[in-house]
Amino acid sequence: MPSDHLHFKLAIDSRFENIELVQVVVNDSLERLGLGEDERHWVDLAVREAVANAIKHGNRGEAGKKVEIDLAVEGDEVVVQVADEGEGFDPGTVNDPRAPENLLRPDGRGLFYMQSFMDRVDYAVRSEGGTVVTLRKQVGGPARNGGPDEAEPPGTTGGERGEGTKR
Amino acid sequence: MKIDARTRDGVTVLKPKGKITIGVGDVALRQAVHEQLEGGAKHLLIDMSGVTTMDSSGVGELVSTYTTVTNRGGKLKLLHLPPKVNDVLQITQLITVFETYEDEDEAVRSF
Repeated sequence: MPSDHLHFKLAIDSRFENIELVQVVVNDSLERLGLGEDERHWVDLAVREAVANAIKHGNRGEAGKKVEIDLAVEGDEVVVQVADEGEGFDPGTVNDPRAPENLLRPDGRGLFYMQSFMDRVDYAVRSEGGTVVTLRKQVGGPARNGGPDEAEPPGTTGGERGEGTKR
Repeated sequence: MKIDARTRDGVTVLKPKGKITIGVGDVALRQAVHEQLEGGAKHLLIDMSGVTTMDSSGVGELVSTYTTVTNRGGKLKLLHLPPKVNDVLQITQLITVFETYEDEDEAVRSF
């Protein structure tokens, strides 16, 4: 994989417009890693969902609270961690958005999309407070179409669990 | 995000261009739909050909619009779904909720 030394950290205020800034940096990094346009699109969308959740549900839109984004390469995986300063989150509380009773709900799809677009999604509670979501995607391996896979229902790939709200 | 609006045979055709994502495009779409409904529109056809990215908030806005229009006795249908937007609706099985068309004439006749 080219640029396997690539690593950056970014901290933003909790404003939705800052997601565009994150997108520019992430997309540029993924391009340098050799990911094609389709694969970059899905990783970017997963990161968008993670950052939006961190702003909206984690930091509850309090602009002064930070969201930290850390992108690194580990082996053949690109690993993106998104951390907030919220009260923690239990992915087990999120319902399957494909269930008939949830189809017409306007929310509750972000986690499912992350799990569909990435190979693995883990949640953990930080010792200093807040939640960190870790997104992993294999790159540079066998040919992949980069498209979304059918995800397991939300809550099935979570890490440590804390108290939290639905996302 | 820019959203063009026109009326054809009693159907309001909205054409958003750009990203329907949290805090930006989703709000613009909500405002455009509200404006049309307040102006008397009943049936909406959203031409998605200019949409480059749609996240879960954008999807949520489409679902809210669908519910609002249906509750008012109208219909909401989608036109020209780009492949990536189609994928986003497909994996959450919302493609079973929305009627989608590739031909505008056919879509307008279907209301």
